[in-house]
Amino acid sequence: MSEPVLRVKDLRTEFAVRAGIVKAVDGVTFEVGRGRILGLVGESGSGKSVTGYSILGLIELPGRIAGGEVLLNGVDLTKLKGEQIRRVRGAQIAMVFQDPMMTLNPVLKVSTQMIAAVRAHDNVSRKVARSRARDALATVGIPSPEERLDAYPHQLSGGMRQRVAIAIALLHKPAVIIADEPTTALDVSIQGQILAEVRRLADETGTAFVWVTHDLAVVSSLADDICVMYAGRVVETGAAADVIASPRHPYTAGLLASVPAEHEPGERLPQVPGSAPSLANLPPGCAFAPRCFKAGPACNTTPPVQHFEDGRTALCHYPIEPDSCQPLSSTSTTYQNAS
Amino acid sequence: MSAALLDIDHVSKRFIKRPSIGERIAGLLGAGRTTEIVRAVSDVSLTVRKGEVVGLVGESGCGKSTLGRIVAGIYTPSDGKVLFDKGPVAREKGRRTDKLTTRIQMVHQDPFSSLNPRMRIGDTVGEGPVAHRIVRARDADAYVANTLERVGLDPSYRRRFPHQFSGGQRQRIAIARALAMKPDLLVLDEPVASLDVSIQAQVLNLFMDLRRDLDLTAIFISHDLGVVRHVSDRVAIMYLGRIVELAPTPELYAAPNHPYTRALFESVPRVGVGRKNFRPIAGEIPSPLHPPAGCHFHPRCPFAGPRCRHEVPALLPVGEGRLSACHLNTGGTG
Repeated sequence: MSEPVLRVKDLRTEFAVRAGIVKAVDGVTFEVGRGRILGLVGESGSGKSVTGYSILGLIELPGRIAGGEVLLNGVDLTKLKGEQIRRVRGAQIAMVFQDPMMTLNPVLKVSTQMIAAVRAHDNVSRKVARSRARDALATVGIPSPEERLDAYPHQLSGGMRQRVAIAIALLHKPAVIIADEPTTALDVSIQGQILAEVRRLADETGTAFVWVTHDLAVVSSLADDICVMYAGRVVETGAAADVIASPRHPYTAGLLASVPAEHEPGERLPQVPGSAPSLANLPPGCAFAPRCFKAGPACNTTPPVQHFEDGRTALCHYPIEPDSCQPLSSTSTTYQNAS
Repeated sequence: MSAALLDIDHVSKRFIKRPSIGERIAGLLGAGRTTEIVRAVSDVSLTVRKGEVVGLVGESGCGKSTLGRIVAGIYTPSDGKVLFDKGPVAREKGRRTDKLTTRIQMVHQDPFSSLNPRMRIGDTVGEGPVAHRIVRARDADAYVANTLERVGLDPSYRRRFPHQFSGGQRQRIAIARALAMKPDLLVLDEPVASLDVSIQAQVLNLFMDLRRDLDLTAIFISHDLGVVRHVSDRVAIMYLGRIVELAPTPELYAAPNHPYTRALFESVPRVGVGRKNFRPIAGEIPSPLHPPAGCHFHPRCPFAGPRCRHEVPALLPVGEGRLSACHLNTGGTG
């Protein structure tokens, strides 16, 4: 793999709340190469979205980045202030939100917003900016982009709005786009269209994506690499196909095993018992231990990052051995017994 | 084969947009009035046998939730009728007969808005059975404890309020509330859509356990093909207010007949097949305000021909227990 464009090292984001300090992101480390798509997977409260916001410096009080580095082409974004970070944001790194109406202003035409976005970073005429906006809309597969420029956001469907949001993120051909659950609210047939466009954009333009999602199926069919988060920590990383085929962390295995499509209809689904812990009140040691079928005496101490072949890692005292891995079926029996 | 418990007979539901004040003034001043009609469900027939789980699948605007609500008696159909155990679900004036009220129960998608935040969950679960004399008031407490236990919740939680529970637990409470009425038919509208994957598996397992223990009949509405395949005996695929295909689950998933079903299956991402070349369905879902003429799917269908543009395809048998609405099955699209 070529030199990564985005490298996140030991990132820590904390929120000071009445109950104390909540470590929403606790030592997250990963990297993304040019034209690659990293799937950042986790359930609600795992810290995956906060990680995305932290990368762009979008954390507001009572939150703060307590440590670590976010290196974009070698520049540490966490050290940049005010105007400096604004010059980077939108130009070299951009964000797509779950709800496109978080990006789009409902009372302004698409063209007004896109022209402003172009001119925020490049000193060009409105005419040039408009033509670049039109090109961006065409790139994300919007039919008749010229007419769509003159539409207001409410005149577009949900899928179209999300395409516009992605087009805005693409305006300055950023090195990295952080996408936070961008297809979760869309219908499957529209989701399929957008995933196809994103894959094509990554391959053709070399833009790297960090695709934040809870949906393993989306990651499995879209991403090159996977980073699984649980309770603010990265618990497993590796190439997407490898992680899905033989998960090393019991949590990843549990998540994969609970997907209904991979089981005989009507069969009892292997379930991860219990529910995710509150970040304000984490158990000592491994946060997943209370729900884990492999938990042992060592789990009340902080688990080590274990390294495996092909650059894979798992944060676990007792990772799953690959040879024991008929991945889905064997873990399913294990989880069945545990539940 | 057991008898039909629920018979949906050529049901349609239209919603008419009331003109706003501005439009009414414009109307008084002589401007032409345009009434906008949403045909949410058009001419849908479906029977559900006792002990059967029928899945309703479709994308937004396909009418699956509206159909669920018609069955539950929340909406009255504009045309056609719904017979439950041979009696009509809706009365003329739109009020259901009292006995039916208790026999069909609904579980909604969002357990954050379907539970009254100011009621203790014990009261939420117990109110219905007491009001309808399923239990006596003095036995209600034990009855509620029992019902909560049945859905996997600690009975001692019944003095708590909804905000003290997680999403998965709240959905269990919503299911308990429905079960407490001892329903013969359960309508579940996207019951796991708002839950995390690991919690979703817990709720699906609960549903399958309850189904086995209580011999439930259910309509399971979802946009998730994997979930529906897992819990349903038969599946109806809906598109823009119409059922386009209806088949026993194994046959449908093995060999979908309708082009929309096939396209839908192809655009669903799946775990474990690796990076795939997406072949997404082209085009947008049309607005139900202005559905295309003929077959609603024809603007997006790779097989569409002239016939599809003006003739609505009928839902016809294409095999044992299977129905599909496509001209390809009846002499082509030309």
